[in-house]
Amino acid sequence: MPDVPVTLTPKAPIENRERLTPQAARTAVRAAGVALLDERRQLTLAELAELADVPDSAVPTLAALAHEVRLEWCGDTVEVEGILSAKTGGCPEDCHFCSQSAKFESPVQAMPFLDTADVLAAARETAALGATEFCIVLAIRGPDERTMDRICELVPLVQQEVGLNVAVSAGIVTEAQAKRFAEVGVHRYNHNLETAESFFENVVTTHTWAERFDTCQLVRDQGMELCCGVLLGMGESVDQRIELIGQLRAVEPAEVPLNFLNPRPGTPFAGLPLTEPLEAIRWISLFRLGLPSVILRYAGGREVTLRELQALGLTSGINALIVGNYLTTLGRSPEEDLQMLSDLQMPIGALSKAI
Amino acid sequence: MSDAYCRWCGTALAEHPDIQCRRELDPPRFCPECGRRLRVKVHTAGYEAACRDHGPLLD
Ligand code: SF4
Ligand SMILES: [Zn+2]
Ligand SMILES: [Zn+2]
Repeated sequence: MPDVPVTLTPKAPIENRERLTPQAARTAVRAAGVALLDERRQLTLAELAELADVPDSAVPTLAALAHEVRLEWCGDTVEVEGILSAKTGGCPEDCHFCSQSAKFESPVQAMPFLDTADVLAAARETAALGATEFCIVLAIRGPDERTMDRICELVPLVQQEVGLNVAVSAGIVTEAQAKRFAEVGVHRYNHNLETAESFFENVVTTHTWAERFDTCQLVRDQGMELCCGVLLGMGESVDQRIELIGQLRAVEPAEVPLNFLNPRPGTPFAGLPLTEPLEAIRWISLFRLGLPSVILRYAGGREVTLRELQALGLTSGINALIVGNYLTTLGRSPEEDLQMLSDLQMPIGALSKAI
Repeated sequence: MSDAYCRWCGTALAEHPDIQCRRELDPPRFCPECGRRLRVKVHTAGYEAACRDHGPLLD
């Protein structure tokens, strides 16, 4: 069932770009296959931009190559993760897609930091589903001292009590804070670029893209794995999505969560359309072809964007997913996801970035 | 007891526009008794919603 009433969902405007002919598309996909599978080299951004223009009829061909690349570079394992909003809402930043910003009239009520028992219970639920990773997420610009202390107390606790790898998402950090996270055993730190540098000012005005970029680098400098996500469908152009892939390469993430905009009531982006399902498959494929070795994770918005095509993402380059509920919205039932993975004969396990 | 307010947008049902604003994958956000925002905890396998005055939302 569509999450958003179909009649209220405007059709996404298709950017007026000339598509390749079917013949040119076949040639481009074949050349990309040679580069990624035989020569084992990354595609140039120009090569990726050409692939972005294959006609809709060639999207399954593009997806098939992306799947082969994923198997070749990353194997068939799928990493399953649970996430928890440990501090919800009331965020001083103004990311225009976000229902947790205090700048907008959102139905999401701000909540204080969850207590330890709640966090441990959520981690146990996550572990019970076979997940290997648990991410503690906070809606903040960056951590203050008290927040640092709480996180640094929770991370080893969850690890010891529940046996999961623990990831943290707590906004912009200083070098000293990144160091402290690394010391208490944060396995992966999440900090999203969200969108291309050239589009960022249309999305956020309270901090800069450069600040995000800097935090990403600090994370890696301290030896943590970087999880650096994107959000597609905010009005960015095809060229800007390609630009974003180039910028992701520069921060060398171990993991890239791929979110699709799920327009949230009360936010400036409330009225934007959902990404069309086939368009989503096109871009999942392109992200895999552009970032062959990363853990490419299905994240927010997949249920409402892909609907019946969710399994297709996993044969188009996705090799990780968030199971169960998201931060402020619900996911489909974990049983459906686990059944999907079992039907696809993809084993569940922990991944790290391929070399 | 039937709801007085929409759980997803908080509008009094007597004045609610004739659209379905329930989204399948959104937890309830407003108290059906008083229309104020609920305190909602979302976690991997479920959620809990409660009103400051009317307590936990049970169904
Ligand atoms: S910093 Fe995070 S929580 Fe705050 S508004 Fe931006 S996306 Fe939302
Ligand atoms: Zn309503
Ligand atoms: Zn109430």
